[in-house]
Amino acid sequence: MNLQSSSSNPNFLKLRFTKGFLRALMRIYRHRSKSSSSPREISQRYRRIKLAADASMALAVGSRRLWSRAVLWRIRNQVRNRHVFVKRVSSHAIKKRAQKKKEEQYHLAYDDQENKLRKLVPGGAAMDICSLLDEASHYINCLTTQVKMMRRIAEICS
Amino acid sequence: MSSGRRSRQSSGSSRITDDQIIELVSKLRQLVPEIRERRSDRVSASKVLQETCNYIRNLHREVDDLSERLSQLLATIDADSAEAAIIRSLITQ
Repeated sequence: MNLQSSSSNPNFLKLRFTKGFLRALMRIYRHRSKSSSSPREISQRYRRIKLAADASMALAVGSRRLWSRAVLWRIRNQVRNRHVFVKRVSSHAIKKRAQKKKEEQYHLAYDDQENKLRKLVPGGAAMDICSLLDEASHYINCLTTQVKMMRRIAEICS
Repeated sequence: MSSGRRSRQSSGSSRITDDQIIELVSKLRQLVPEIRERRSDRVSASKVLQETCNYIRNLHREVDDLSERLSQLLATIDADSAEAAIIRSLITQ
């Protein structure tokens, strides 16, 4: 696709997100059963739509950002854990180092609000404070775009 | 970055480096409702973090509500109007 691929171009992000999200919505719509208005189906569809929205935004951002990488990593691990047990290579040392870094960041926090922010931003637990603030501002931008587009789609469909 | 962390551990008042202040200011601009209306130049860092957390929580809640709404809409919408809605929303980018 021949578009300006600047990572800060808002229209580029909007388009990529909307395409992916609408494609997922159509997929979910086509797979609905006869009892599509039952509360159980509605709640199951709600979870799928929410996942599609978060995944579409993370995919639109790609691996350019720590938070989007964390979201994509989390989604891929959820899919993986549902299937066969995967043998992990040298997992213990990596896990220990990541855990130690997380504890360090939580211990050195400026105040408790910082730790709360770490929990809200994907992948924020192991970031240093500068990265955390930078990632949080980009994350907020993307979330507002996501909300705006979802609202527009809901208005059109209703 | 390590020097920033060391200064944070030693002195109580000058805990944040210049980079972090710049980040906080740019974050300040992004937080649309709360702080922009405050119009004061000296908002505490703790307040900025707090408003950021609240704003992110609100956005998450909006995503949840919109997903719920879309889930109910998809149950009642029929195929033709769904396709038309998709195409229309793509055109009006």
